[in-house]
Amino acid sequence: MSGDWSYWLREHRGTLLAFAAFVAMFAVYAANHPAGLNANVATTAANKGVLLAIVAMAQTVVVLTSGIDLSVGMVMVLANCLASTIVVGSPAATALGVVGVLATGCLCGAVNGVIVIYGRLQPIVTTIATGSVFYGAALALRRVPGGDIDSTLADALTGQLPGGIPASLVLLAALVVTVWMPFRRSALGRAAYAVGSSEVAAYMSGVPIRRAKFAAYMLSGLLASMAGLFLTCVTYSGEASAANGGSYTLYSIAAVVLGGISLFGGSGSAIGAIFGALMFRTIGDLLFVFNVEPLWQPLFQGVVLVAAVCLGSLRLLRIRNRLDLYG
Amino acid sequence: MSLFAMEGVSKRFGGVRALSNADIAIEAGRIHAVLGENGAGKSTLIKIMAGVIAPDEGRMTLDGAPVAFASPAAANAAGIACIFQELSLIPDLSVADNISISNPPRRFGLIDRRAQRRAAEEALARAGAENIHPLALVKDLSLSRRQMVEIAKALARAPRILILDEATSALTAADVTKIYGVLKRLRAEGLALIYISHRMHEITELADECTVFCNGRSVATYAAGTKTDNEVVELMIGREYNAVFPPRPARAPSDAPPLLEVRKLTWTNRLSDISLRLHAGEVIGLGGLDGQGQRELLLALFGVLQGTTGEVAIDGKAVAISGPYAAKRREIGMALIPEDRKTEGLMLPMSVRDNLSFAALSRLSRFGVVDRTAERAAVDRVVRLLAVRTDGVDVPAGALSGGNQQKVVIGKWLMMAPRILLLNDPTRGIDVGTKQEMYQLLRALANDGAGILFYSTDYDELVGCCDRVLVMYDGAIVRELVGADITERALVSSALNLGTEPAAATTAQAAQP
Repeated sequence: MSGDWSYWLREHRGTLLAFAAFVAMFAVYAANHPAGLNANVATTAANKGVLLAIVAMAQTVVVLTSGIDLSVGMVMVLANCLASTIVVGSPAATALGVVGVLATGCLCGAVNGVIVIYGRLQPIVTTIATGSVFYGAALALRRVPGGDIDSTLADALTGQLPGGIPASLVLLAALVVTVWMPFRRSALGRAAYAVGSSEVAAYMSGVPIRRAKFAAYMLSGLLASMAGLFLTCVTYSGEASAANGGSYTLYSIAAVVLGGISLFGGSGSAIGAIFGALMFRTIGDLLFVFNVEPLWQPLFQGVVLVAAVCLGSLRLLRIRNRLDLYG
Repeated sequence: MSLFAMEGVSKRFGGVRALSNADIAIEAGRIHAVLGENGAGKSTLIKIMAGVIAPDEGRMTLDGAPVAFASPAAANAAGIACIFQELSLIPDLSVADNISISNPPRRFGLIDRRAQRRAAEEALARAGAENIHPLALVKDLSLSRRQMVEIAKALARAPRILILDEATSALTAADVTKIYGVLKRLRAEGLALIYISHRMHEITELADECTVFCNGRSVATYAAGTKTDNEVVELMIGREYNAVFPPRPARAPSDAPPLLEVRKLTWTNRLSDISLRLHAGEVIGLGGLDGQGQRELLLALFGVLQGTTGEVAIDGKAVAISGPYAAKRREIGMALIPEDRKTEGLMLPMSVRDNLSFAALSRLSRFGVVDRTAERAAVDRVVRLLAVRTDGVDVPAGALSGGNQQKVVIGKWLMMAPRILLLNDPTRGIDVGTKQEMYQLLRALANDGAGILFYSTDYDELVGCCDRVLVMYDGAIVRELVGADITERALVSSALNLGTEPAAATTAQAAQP
């Protein structure tokens, strides 16, 4: 049928806007970088961006169900501490360690899911509490920063591929293709969107609400632990840093908003969140190339965030019945 | 043998008999209309058919074999699909996603988007809505188009029995015409259709059989066209009177400008050209079937709706009320008792005292600080006046019974001594005793000089309480009944818009008191 593309544009508007904004920002950054855009500059930028992008993906799947996961940063920190302990040794031991880290992430997400769904607690309170527990576990694993990670794995994930392509970008693309796309195209992923958009309508339509929410929280835990693993590859060590956990959680929400995902749930895509995360990182880099003091970074990031939120609420101007504002 | 039959089905909600000993038989290839006034048991009947609620007594048979549905999904599996008035579509998903939401076609575990799209196109075509693009997001569609998607979604489940519960009430004229064709084709294909509508001309156009409900009983089943409209109204009325109403004092005509005057109030397509005058001391009822714009009219007067046109005058002076905060100002003095006390009327976890004080806080405080003594005195006065049964004013409002909660909602507004009181079905779901007290209270307030605009779904109340009743249909006032003309029969027939006089003439009379 003709005109399909216009509906496609409509559906992916948020993602496309985030993509366009990122490309514009990054073009300015690359054009003004003193050393130009060489492979090393790109790899450093990519590694920083990809780490936040993975956490933002983790946040996205929960936000889509109109929940929120304030424990993503802490799951990342826990996975970081765990990875710096068990992802070492022979190739077999390393592989087993990776599986262990990811399984721990799934478990953390499952705990969140069970409490939110069966305990019927608000996601915001639940995940603050569990986040604190996860951080406690991380601290128990690593009282002081240290540890190590298999260097072959670390270099493979954070280095460059032939041709100077940052390996981390390939990792990110692989996550999109193997984790996000199947989720989005599965009946369960559809159900997650439905729950976030209108839980009542979803219930009336016989959508498996509980399973969808559970899947979202578990996937969030899995992705957050991948971020922790990646963090270990970048730093070659583990650190139970509360500051890291807290700021990554908050940045992930910023990235989700910049990526055109509705905090009310039901619309948006993890791909948008990825570009939101990259955009958020590029703001800092832009200030650097224009010789602005790093102290200004939070202020500018905040201004961009407020602007994005304002764009997202333009629809409220069209409301005819004021009761809908509070519904 | 009937395709589907219900015999002796009863259902109680608490002390209220919603359905008692109802019978209905549905045949394949026929359109069966269900008629009845508000609260006659129609909704309960179809909820039982659709598996949303379970009956207390009686039996249901499908193809002659007894059946029971534990859930909507079970009824679906048996081939019964229901299109409810409340839309069950998911706004952020596409039309195609919505049509196949309960069981999307899958390939290798993932949703097969091509198959899904084909199925959606097929279903939309069957519903006569092929011009809706399957990739369009539901939230971008108009209400009428959404309703068409809802119909397509029901058809995609390949039902044998399709229930339409006022499915046409949100449709535009163009879509209604299409739906007629679609329903007739479905009938020819051998589906059984159950059609609930308050539009008599639709029933005349479509129905093969009709069953009339009254007081939860199925009072008559007849072949369409064998009864006149008057005979149908006769079957629908006959509710038992069991309430006692306070006397209505004769009101001396006065030269004072009306307390509230509305001229040609219009809002989107939900309210059209509403004109009315409310005088001090008057109780005006709003009648008509549920959902004809009564709620919107009250919200519009209270300043909640944006983009209304027309004029509102208080004491003869035109005003623009920008919201509840403006409406309660002293010179306007308007209060709205909302429909849903639990969400719009009360803050359930907060104390009775706090709930009562909210609307009047500005009058009870000096320099922004609440005067505790004045507050206590005012709260005590209202609690005594309304005889709110509560263990003190510090218990949470949520702990009170429904009737007493409603008293708190009304009391909240009485604290600021409103001159104009708007009530949205205030007696729904409260006990008989409290209802009586409510009637006395309304009349007492009117006698003290307040003007009351009172929407009720209970025709008894309109007959017993009101000096005048304005009957609404499709967002317009179609009839005004005064004094002795307010009878249940007149209310029912004008609610169905069967009035013989042209509507324009009656509203013109209404403008000249």
